[in-house]
Amino acid sequence: MRVVLAEDLFLLRDGLVRMLEAYGFEIAAAVETGPELTKALAELEPDVAVVDVRLPPSHTDEGLQCALAARRARPGLPVLVLSQHVEQLYARELLADGNGAIGYLLKDRVFDADQFIDAVRRVAAGGTAMDPQVISQLLSRRSQDKPMGGLTPREREVMELMAQGRSNAAIAGQLVVTERAIAKHTSNIFGKLGLPPSDDDNRRVLAVLAYLDHG
Amino acid sequence: MNALVTRIRPPMLAAGRGLFLSVYGLAVSIVLFVLAVVSISLILLGIGVFTTPVVLAAVRRHANQRRLWAEAWCDVRIAAPYRPFPKDLRGGVTGQVERTTLLLKDPATWRDLQWLLVDMTAGTVLAVLAAALMLYPVESVVLAAGLWRVFQDGDPYWYGFVPVDSQLTGLAALALGAALFTLGLRAAEPVLRAHFLLARTLLAPTPEQTLAQRVDRLTETRHEAVDTAASELRRIERDLHDGAQARLVAMGMNLGTIEALIEKDPAQAKKMLAMARESSAEALTELRDLVRGIHPPVLAERGLGDAVKALALRLPVTTEVAVDLPGRAEASVESAAYFAVSELLTNAVKHSGGDCVWVDLHHTEGMLRISVTDNGGGGARIGSGSGLSGVERRLGTFDGVLAVSSPAGGPTMVTMELPCVLS
Repeated sequence: MRVVLAEDLFLLRDGLVRMLEAYGFEIAAAVETGPELTKALAELEPDVAVVDVRLPPSHTDEGLQCALAARRARPGLPVLVLSQHVEQLYARELLADGNGAIGYLLKDRVFDADQFIDAVRRVAAGGTAMDPQVISQLLSRRSQDKPMGGLTPREREVMELMAQGRSNAAIAGQLVVTERAIAKHTSNIFGKLGLPPSDDDNRRVLAVLAYLDHG
Repeated sequence: MNALVTRIRPPMLAAGRGLFLSVYGLAVSIVLFVLAVVSISLILLGIGVFTTPVVLAAVRRHANQRRLWAEAWCDVRIAAPYRPFPKDLRGGVTGQVERTTLLLKDPATWRDLQWLLVDMTAGTVLAVLAAALMLYPVESVVLAAGLWRVFQDGDPYWYGFVPVDSQLTGLAALALGAALFTLGLRAAEPVLRAHFLLARTLLAPTPEQTLAQRVDRLTETRHEAVDTAASELRRIERDLHDGAQARLVAMGMNLGTIEALIEKDPAQAKKMLAMARESSAEALTELRDLVRGIHPPVLAERGLGDAVKALALRLPVTTEVAVDLPGRAEASVESAAYFAVSELLTNAVKHSGGDCVWVDLHHTEGMLRISVTDNGGGGARIGSGSGLSGVERRLGTFDGVLAVSSPAGGPTMVTMELPCVLS
C-alpha cells in the first residue's frame, strides 16, 4: 500500500516513516510543506495520505486545505489527518462530502502503533477513523437531548466505538463480549435513534455523525 | 398635505424648543450664576464651603441637561470634561473642604460659569431667534386681517420696517410676515443648532482636557493590562510546573526504574512502561489545554470567525454564530475578542438559564462589533466582581467598549466594540 506522508517536524516524520514501513507500507513520498503535498498527491496517486493539519509555509491549516482540495480533485481519496488538537469544525469539513475514507486523529494516537496502523488501513479501505475526543465532544454536547439520553451506558460505549469507525468485530474484541451481543446493541441504538440499520461501517458512522450534527 | 406637514414639522419643533430654551435657559442660568458667584465669594466666610458643592452640582446638572438636549435635538455631541472625585473622599467638614477645593481646581468648573454667562446672553438670543422668525409673522396676519385700525393712533404702527396705516400697508406687512416665515422655516433648525454649537465651545473639553482624560485612561488600562499579563504568566507557570513538568519527571523516574527492572522482572517493567506511556499522554493533554488557554489553535489557523464557531460547537446549548468579517484583525485584537466572547458564552451557559445563544460578528466603520444574545432570564449587570467587568477591563486595553442590555425576565444582549482594521 503506497502512502504519501506530510509532516513538518523531522523527528515525527522520520518516526512515522519507520513505523509505516515496519508494518509493510510503501512510502511514496514524505514531504514537509503544503505545496509539496499538493504536488505529491496529484502526481503519485497514493492509496492513502497521512497529513498534518499545520504545515509550512503558512503554518496555519495548510495541510487540511491541501487534503480537502485533493479530495475535491479526486473524490474518495483516502486521507488521514493528524493534528495536535482536534476540532469538530474540522471533522465536519472533512466529512462534509460524504465520501468516507476519512480519518481525523490526535497526533498522540501514534503512540499506540497497532491502533494507529489499524486506523490507516481502515481509512485506506474507505472507512472512517474519528478521534475518540471528537466523538466524546459530540456525545457530551448531545447528552441532555432526548434520543441520546435514551441509551443505556453500555449502548453509549458501543455507540462511541462505532462512531470512531470500528466494526462490530473490533468493538466486540475491545469490550470483551461476543459479536452477536454487539450486533444486538447496535440494532437497539439504531432503533432508538430512528436510523435504518446497515452493515456498512462507513455509512453508519456518517449516519451517526450526521444525526449528531443536525439532531 | 402629508408632504407639507413633514416639511413644516421639524422647523416648528425647533422653534418651539428655541422658545422653551430661551425662557428656561435664561431663568436657570441667571439664578445658578448668581448663586455660584455668591457661594464662591462666601467661601472665605466658611459658609461657601457647604453651599459651593451643592450649587456647582446643580450647575453641572444644568449643563448636562443641555448636553443631553444638544444630542437629542440637533445631534450635537458635547462630551463632559469633569474630573471624577477620588474614591477615598472623607466625610464631614474635611470632606466638604476637599470637595470644594477639588471643584475649584477643576478647570471645567470655571468654563461652566463662563458658559452660564454666555448662555444667558448670546445663547438666549439665538434660542429666541429660532422661535421669533416663526412667531413674529403671526402678528402680520392679525394686522392684515383688519386689526391695523386698532393699533393706529395717529402715528403709523411699525411692523418690521413697514409703517401700517391702511389696508394696503397691512397687506404689505403680511407679505413681509410671509417672507419672514419662509425664512424662519429655513433658519429655525440651523439657528437652534448654532445655539448648541455655541454651548459646545465652552461645555466640551478643551484639547488639553481631552488629552489629560486620555492619559488618565491609558494609565489605568496600562496598569490593568500589565496586571492581567502578569497573572496570566503566573497561571501558565503554575500549570506547567504542577502539570506537564511533574508528569515528565515522573515519566523519567519510571523509565529509570524500568531500565533497572527490564532484565530481572520483565513483567513488572512492561507494566511500568504502560504507566509511562499513560503519563506522556496525560502530559500532552495538559499541554493541549494550556495552549488552548493561551492562544487557541483554531484562532491561529483560521482567525476569529472560525474560532468562535469552533467554540460554539463545544457548548452544551444551541449556539448560532453569524460571521461577516472580510479579513483578519491584528492577532492581539483577535485574541482579546475571542476570550471576551468565550467568557460571555461561558456566562450565558452558566447563569442565563436560557437554551439558545446567538453570536454575531461583523466589521463596520473601522469597528469590530460583536454581540452575544441569549434567551435566558436576564438581570446581568456590570458591577464589581462580575465577569462582565473583567471583560470590560480587558477590552479597555484596546479602547474597546462593552454594553449590556439585560432587563429582568430577559433576554440578555451584550455588545462589544473594538476599533481595528482588517487585513
